[in-house]
Amino acid sequence: MDMYLTLIQLLDSTVRLATPLLLACLAGLFSERAGIFDIGLEGKMLAAAFFSAAVAALTGSVWVGLLAGIAASLALSAIHGIASITFRGNQLISGVAINFLAAGMTVLIAQAWFRQGGRTPSLIGNARFEPVTLPFAEALQNVPFIGPLYYELISGHSVLVYMAFAAVPLTWWILFRTRFGLRLRAVGENPAAVDTAGVSVVGLRFAAVAICGVLCGVAGAYLSTALQAGFVKDMAAGRGFIALAALIFAKWRPWHALYATLLFGLFGALETRPDVIESLIGMKVQGQLLAALPYVMTVIILAGFVGKAIPPRAGGEPYVKER
Amino acid sequence: MDVMPKWAEVILVPLISLLLAAVLSALVILAIGEDPVAAVKLMVNGALGSSYGWGYTLYYATNFMFTGLAVAVAFHARLFNIGGEGQAALGGLGVALACLYIPWPHWSLALIGATVAAGLFGAAWAAIPGWLQARRGSHIVITTIMFNFIAASLLNYVLVNMLRPQGSMDPATARFPEAVNLPTLHDLLAPIGISFSKAAPANVSLLVAVAACVLIWLLIWRTRLGYEIRSYGHSESAARYAGMPPTRIIMITMLISGGLAGMMAINNVMGEAERLVLNSVEGAGFIGIAVALMGRSHPFGVFIAAILFGFLYQGGAELALWTTIPRDLIVVIQALVILFTGALDNMVRMPLERVFLSLRRAPKPERKEV
Repeated sequence: MDMYLTLIQLLDSTVRLATPLLLACLAGLFSERAGIFDIGLEGKMLAAAFFSAAVAALTGSVWVGLLAGIAASLALSAIHGIASITFRGNQLISGVAINFLAAGMTVLIAQAWFRQGGRTPSLIGNARFEPVTLPFAEALQNVPFIGPLYYELISGHSVLVYMAFAAVPLTWWILFRTRFGLRLRAVGENPAAVDTAGVSVVGLRFAAVAICGVLCGVAGAYLSTALQAGFVKDMAAGRGFIALAALIFAKWRPWHALYATLLFGLFGALETRPDVIESLIGMKVQGQLLAALPYVMTVIILAGFVGKAIPPRAGGEPYVKER
Repeated sequence: MDVMPKWAEVILVPLISLLLAAVLSALVILAIGEDPVAAVKLMVNGALGSSYGWGYTLYYATNFMFTGLAVAVAFHARLFNIGGEGQAALGGLGVALACLYIPWPHWSLALIGATVAAGLFGAAWAAIPGWLQARRGSHIVITTIMFNFIAASLLNYVLVNMLRPQGSMDPATARFPEAVNLPTLHDLLAPIGISFSKAAPANVSLLVAVAACVLIWLLIWRTRLGYEIRSYGHSESAARYAGMPPTRIIMITMLISGGLAGMMAINNVMGEAERLVLNSVEGAGFIGIAVALMGRSHPFGVFIAAILFGFLYQGGAELALWTTIPRDLIVVIQALVILFTGALDNMVRMPLERVFLSLRRAPKPERKEV
């Protein structure tokens, strides 16, 4: 029973850590399926994390904060769209620029607004997403086996966690069951064909980049208003890149994105519980190894030794209407 | 036929991009309630107003020359090596091992040995993404990003568990022996009667960096290999048709690129810190991207851009010291430079091309050539 509870706790923190990865991964999925590479996920998350925490601290309402975070992320998406779609610039370089822009601006503005060394004040009360207790969770708490599972693992997360998990089937449905999704995927594979069909390539790509911005905004807001209570400098801490890794790991498919981010979330959870691994496999595993594992696994997948990851064909290529 | 004359391409476009970045940076300073003119004055004074300031500016510039060249060389083969950060970290490991475990008799020999070690380690770290790109088609941008993180974990592991001296809590190596301490610009300039600040960290590796700029220029524009690299960058299919094997070009380019990024370590690890600490690269690998873009991937451009960024770095530190503007302002400026000289290049170029086209169309019969 004790082992079981430990497992539940471990999975619980897996879910918590996987949520921002999942949201950012789905964000990248929309963008890259439409042929726009986005290595600026990290920067968008960071900007959203700051603005949602800052606005939540100033207004006292976490929902206004969430909107501000999404707006900030959308603004960076707009820059990425203008650079890579309108002006047909290099999408990778634009992503790098966005990451630095967010890294610098968040600290600069945080210092100007709050004067606390690049952080926001701690969020309390309504300025934070509190855990949601699902119906009957209290009542079922003491039922053996199912009780802890329901109470600890399924109930008691912030509303954003449930939104993130609901976004997976929604993304699948949009991409594979709607006309918009078909066109979006087509624009990432063969934009000329979409153009010939009389559909705007530019419009579709901007739509994809905007969806990416919204999802990154939620991911960032989750970091600073749900996972933690306030913004600290560089709090995205490479999560945008892990999400990118998960996207490749999932081979640009929504359900696989869920599995990949849960796996990487589990690595993150294990990193904080070295005792669990030690009792599980009987030897000590270095934290650094766990931290590097998502990246190593992604490189192996990319290398095509275990099932090749093939990106959307027109990814990274600006579309020129007439040559 | 080029739309724009060469001078516009080489000077005007980067200058306008830079100007746009500068104007936006000034607006950012205004927006956070500070005076941009005073800020620039403070930066110029702090970075260029004394030999102490120059010493720091040139120290940073040395780092950026190496990482900027690393990115630039890869750009010529149309490879985007974003992994300078990791390669420089590994280069630091190479320098540390060379300095700690080989009893060098004199700093000059140690410098040669450490440069080779740094280059080899950096090149090795770039070799795997290069090979994966060449043989397995894995996108080099993603693999080099991943290798940055893997390098950070590896360095963390090595420093904490292997190289840390007994009894020390600090995740860093022991201090390098006295014999491998590199002479600073003060030591180099004193014999010829120029007094240079003693406290500034600029050292003899600056000369190595300048030599690297010259050598890379020779390599890219004066050798067969450089021609192959550039051909491959312009058109892979043409290069392949001309009998240049892509695998070999990718591998050699990435080895050179990684080696250059690794060599940065002779400046920051051997020249300044004199031991290897965690996160010794401090983002210089990424600044290399901005430097290479601004310098248009030309070694001379990289040299100038590196000094400019050295100035920004030292000036930014002064700003943080004397005003409430945090040092992160430099990160914003860096982002804007990358944005305008890199991603939004066409935004500047398209209107300029239109201007030059309309100038050319204007009737000028006397200048008509056959």
